Amino acid sequence: MQLTNRSKQVADTKMTWLERIYLPGIFKGMMITLSHAFKKAPTIQYPEQKRPIAPLYRGQHVLKRDDAGAERCTACGLCAVACPAEAITMVAEERAKGDEKLYREEKYASSYEINMLRCIFCGLCEEACPKEAIFLTDRIVPSTFQRRDFIYGKDKLVEKMDQRIDVSLRQTNNLAEFKKNTSFAHNKTS
Amino acid sequence: MLSSEILYKIILILAVFAVTLVVAMWSTYAERKVAAVLQDRLGPNRAGPFGILQPMADGLKMFMKEEFIPGQADKQLFVLGPCLAMLTALMTGVVIPWGGDLTIGGHAYKLQITDINIGILYLLGVVSVGVYGIMIGGWSSNNKYSLIGALRASSQMISYEIAMGLALISLIMMTGTLSLGEIVGQQDAGFANIVYQPLGFLIFLICAFAETNRAPFDLPETESELIGGYHTEYSSMKLGFFLFAEYINMFISSALIATLYFGGYNFPFQHSLGLDGNMLSMLQTFVFFCKVFFFIFFYMWVRWTLPRFRYDQLMNLGWKVLIPLAILNLFITGIVLGFRNGFFI
Repeated sequence: MQLTNRSKQVADTKMTWLERIYLPGIFKGMMITLSHAFKKAPTIQYPEQKRPIAPLYRGQHVLKRDDAGAERCTACGLCAVACPAEAITMVAEERAKGDEKLYREEKYASSYEINMLRCIFCGLCEEACPKEAIFLTDRIVPSTFQRRDFIYGKDKLVEKMDQRIDVSLRQTNNLAEFKKNTSFAHNKTS
Repeated sequence: MLSSEILYKIILILAVFAVTLVVAMWSTYAERKVAAVLQDRLGPNRAGPFGILQPMADGLKMFMKEEFIPGQADKQLFVLGPCLAMLTALMTGVVIPWGGDLTIGGHAYKLQITDINIGILYLLGVVSVGVYGIMIGGWSSNNKYSLIGALRASSQMISYEIAMGLALISLIMMTGTLSLGEIVGQQDAGFANIVYQPLGFLIFLICAFAETNRAPFDLPETESELIGGYHTEYSSMKLGFFLFAEYINMFISSALIATLYFGGYNFPFQHSLGLDGNMLSMLQTFVFFCKVFFFIFFYMWVRWTLPRFRYDQLMNLGWKVLIPLAILNLFITGIVLGFRNGFFI
């Protein structure tokens, strides 16, 4: 079936004299390469220039804290279940007395790891999250030499209070409406 | 007078030596830049403005690398290989006329180191010796890839030298001299030799590509099949010498093409400009270098356009196409010259 007009019929016929002396073909080829000399190179000079990325770019994850600085994640495991690449593992633990400032819910993730080599950055984890704890950001996961360095623990994932990460663009209207519903405990400001 | 002549020759030799090295050095940069431009890329642009200092960085890198000689290699020959390649590459520059006469203090100095009356023979001889560098280097590496590369280099050079020599014989029949200075002088009086010898030029051009081991005839150093061929085992500046020799050969053969077929340093209407001798000579040198640079560009242009020949195709082209064509050209030249000189009347 002919899908495009670009396909060329290949024939195993004997080459004509003009084809056999090669010179017209060589001339044609050289004109093609020369024509490329006048085309603009599509190069982006990386450290100085950066390729524009979408505002909703799905890059490295962040585990959000709430306004008071407590971790939002309650280690329900929905993100790990939703993850098609099975990149997320976590260990849940009960919140100890006196840790209410650190963790928002009674249960928290004592360990939360995302394997960035497995992750396909689909964003299903943030869709699955009922606590608005995990978000993808426009940061790019840097490369390293060791595989183990790509397994990001809480030290890298949880946002620092002095460098908070704005994820408001990733919060949909539905989510904003949902946040206003104070009948859910986690929507009440603590 | 004699001592000033010697002094002048020494200065000229040093100048030609320096110019050859500098041109070869920046040819490596030009090669990468031309490749980039023809492939819609930017090429080296980090070292200095437009990457113009890249050859310096490359040279420094070559010097800093470990100088490794394989255990099985023949040490003396291993060192001799690149030396010979470099030596023969640099020797070819002496017979090329770089411009007209310079008149200093009432005495005319030629911008040519020596105008020997067998200039073309000398060039062919030195170029033939050039293959020894590659052969010795490949042989002494004691590596099968190097050996195959060396064998290819030698058989390729021998095959294409015949066609090249035959193409040159037609030219020599026409000009009646082996001196490059005289050949250039004749082209000043008449047309450039390309007008009389288009077929000869084409054969010479193709053979020049093969002689300098450039694509599409770079079979001695095919990266994809022989991993560098004859210089597989070479490292540091010894490798640099081999690569450098290739670029010098490219420069010299470009100069030779310009000299033999494109009027050398002459350019149309040069005597109707009304310039005095020295100014005209300078301008001629400039024009000559423009021609040379065009052919260097042409070499690169071809390299980044054509795929490599297969080895049997290479041999077929050399023995079954170029040599018969060169002989045909010889016959045609002979017949035309015969008619012109009245042999048949």
